Amino acid sequence: MPSRDEWRVTSDRRRRIGPGLATIAALVIFPFVSPSIYFQNVLTEVLIFGIFAMSLDLLIGYTGLFSFGHAAFFGVAAYTAGIVATRFSDNMLLTLAAGVLAAGLLALPLGALSIRSVGIYFLMLTLAFSQMVYAAAYKWTWLTGGPNGLAGVPRPVLGILGLDLASVSTFYYATLTFFLASYVVLRRIVASPLGHSFVGVRENESRMRAIGYNTWLVKLAAFVIAGLFAGLAGVLFSYFNGFISPSDVYWTTSGLVMVMVIIGGAGTLLGPVLGAGLVLILQNIVSSQTDRWPLIMGATFILFVLVARRGIAGIFHDTLALARRSARV
Amino acid sequence: MPHCLAEPYCPARKPGNYRKSRRLPAHCPLPTAHCPFSALLESPLVDPQTLSPYLVQVLNGLAFSMLLFLLAAGLSVIFGMMDFINLAHGSFYMLGAYLGFTAIQRLGSFWVAVVAVPILVAGLGFGLEMVLLRPLYKRGHLDQVLLTFGLAFVFADVVKWNWGADIRSVPQPPELTGALSLGVTVYPRYRGFVIVAGLLLAGVLWAIQARTRLGAIVRAGVADKEMVSGLGINVQLVFAAVFAFGAGLAALSGVIAAPFLSLAPGMDFEQLILSLIVVVVGGLGTLKGAFWGAIVVGLADTFGKIWAPDFSLLVIFAIMAVVLLLRPNGLFGRALA
Repeated sequence: MPSRDEWRVTSDRRRRIGPGLATIAALVIFPFVSPSIYFQNVLTEVLIFGIFAMSLDLLIGYTGLFSFGHAAFFGVAAYTAGIVATRFSDNMLLTLAAGVLAAGLLALPLGALSIRSVGIYFLMLTLAFSQMVYAAAYKWTWLTGGPNGLAGVPRPVLGILGLDLASVSTFYYATLTFFLASYVVLRRIVASPLGHSFVGVRENESRMRAIGYNTWLVKLAAFVIAGLFAGLAGVLFSYFNGFISPSDVYWTTSGLVMVMVIIGGAGTLLGPVLGAGLVLILQNIVSSQTDRWPLIMGATFILFVLVARRGIAGIFHDTLALARRSARV
Repeated sequence: MPHCLAEPYCPARKPGNYRKSRRLPAHCPLPTAHCPFSALLESPLVDPQTLSPYLVQVLNGLAFSMLLFLLAAGLSVIFGMMDFINLAHGSFYMLGAYLGFTAIQRLGSFWVAVVAVPILVAGLGFGLEMVLLRPLYKRGHLDQVLLTFGLAFVFADVVKWNWGADIRSVPQPPELTGALSLGVTVYPRYRGFVIVAGLLLAGVLWAIQARTRLGAIVRAGVADKEMVSGLGINVQLVFAAVFAFGAGLAALSGVIAAPFLSLAPGMDFEQLILSLIVVVVGGLGTLKGAFWGAIVVGLADTFGKIWAPDFSLLVIFAIMAVVLLLRPNGLFGRALA
C-alpha cells in the first residue's frame, strides 16, 4: 500500500477564498467570453467527468480503496436516466433521482461484497463486477439497446423554472451548478468526522478497528457515497451526450477516470477535476491532429509519473509554496 | 466483404472469438482460400463432425491455459515479490506475438523466433525495469498503475503503427502442421505441442523455484524482501532479473500463441485481463497458484465460449468473484499485509 508521504489531504484552512471565487467567476462568464459551442461542450464534459473523478478520488485518494470498476455506477445511472427519459418521462427530477438511486442501490451490494478483499484483490473484484454490468448493458438488448447503445436521450425539461436545457450554454450552467454543489458537498464530507475516518482507514485500518471504528461500515459508506456521485455524473452524461453505449460501462472508462484521478493528484478534491480537464482536452486536441494519440497519451502518463510526483495538484502546491517562500524573502 | 465460410469449423478460431472485442470484425476476414489453416480444414482427419467433442475442447482449454500460465507466472512473481502492479505485462505478450510474426516472416523459422524473441523482449524488460520501474517500488500502487498503463498505451500504439491494425496470422511450423492421432480422436498437432511445451516449462519453472539457489532467493523475496537484502543479496538485481524473466515468458507465450490465435490490436489488454484473473484466482506470488489459476481460467474460457458464447468473459469473472468471496486471497495465496 502507498507510503504515507505520498498522500496529502489539502485541508489547508488558511487557503484564501479569493482564487476559488475567481475560478467560479471565470467559469460563469466563460460562455460570454467564448461563444464557441465546441469549447462550451468540452468544458461541460470536463465538469461532468470532474464529478466522476472526484467521486472515485473519495475511494482511491481518501479511503485507499483501488476501485477499477467505477464506471459501473456511472453507466448504470446513465442507462437508468436514459431509459426513464425515453420510456416514461423526461422530467429532470425524475430521471436524476432514478439514475442516482440506481447507482446507489448497485453500490450497496457490490461494495459490501468487494470490501472484504484488499489491494489487488479488491481491484480485480470491482473490475469483475463492473464487467458484469457491462455484459448486462451489452446483452440486455430490449432494455439497453445492446451493442447499438441507447440513442435519443432527450435533454431534460425543468418544469418549475421553465428552463430549456437543450441550449448549449444553459446546459453548461446546469452542469456547472451540479458540479459546484457536488464539490461543496464532497468537501463537507471530507472535512467531516466521517471523512477523517476514511483517511484513517487508508492510513491504518487495523488501528482504526482497534480504536473501535467499524471499518467495514466506513468503507461501505465511502463506496456508496462515491457510487452516488458517480451516478450523478452518469445522469448528467446521459443528458449531455444524448446517447449511451456499453463502452461507457467498459473497463476502459474505469481506467480512464482512474488515470484522471492519479494525474490530477489523488487525495485532493480539485486535483482529479484538473486531471479530467487535462485528459479530455488532450484527447480532444491530439486525436483531432494525429492518429498517434494513444502514444502521446501514454507518454504523458509516463511523464507525469516521472516528473510530477503528486499530479497536477502537487505541481500547484509546490508552485504556490515556492511563490509564498519567495514572496516572504 | 468476403469472410471465411468455414469459420464455424475453423480449428484456429474458437466460436465467439471475433465478437469478444468490439474493435474486431464479427467474422474472420480471411477468405477461406487464404486461410493458413485451410489445409487442416480440408484434411479428412479433422472433420469436426467426427471429433470427440469434449476431449478436444478440454485439450483446447489446456492449450489456452498454458499460454495464460506463461503470462501469469511472471505477473504473479512480480506482484508477490515487488508488490508491483504491472499493467504492461500484456504488452510483452503482444510484442512477442508481433515480433515472432516478423521473425518468422523474415527468417522463415519458427524455432529461431521462439528462442530469439523472448530473449529480445527480456532485454527490453530489463532495460525498462532499470530506467522506469525501479524508482517506483517505494512510491505505491497509484504511480505504478499510471506508469504501466501509459507504457501499455505506448506499446499498443507502437505495434499498431508498425504492423497496422489488420488481423494477422502466422503459419504453423511445418513440423507441427497436420493432426495428431489420439486413438479416440484426432487433434491439431500444433496445439498438442503447445500443451506439452507448456507442461514442460511449468516443470522447469517449478524445478528452478524449488530446487535452485535463485529460486530460493525469489521465494524468500516474496516472503520478506527486507530480510533477503539483509542477508547480503542484491535484491535490486534479483528484481530486475525476475522482471526480465517474466517479460521473456510473456513474449514466449506470445510467440507460441501466434500460430493458432490471431494477432490484432487489443490482444494485449484481453490477455492482460485474463492473466490478472489467473493471478488473482490462484493467489499472488506462487507458481502453483498461477498454474492452477491458468487451468481454471483456460478451461472456463473454452467451455464458456461453447456453452454461453456471448457470456464467456462473464463466466470467468463470475468464477473469479466466487473464488474471491470464498477465499479473499485466492486459491493458494497468503493473506496480504
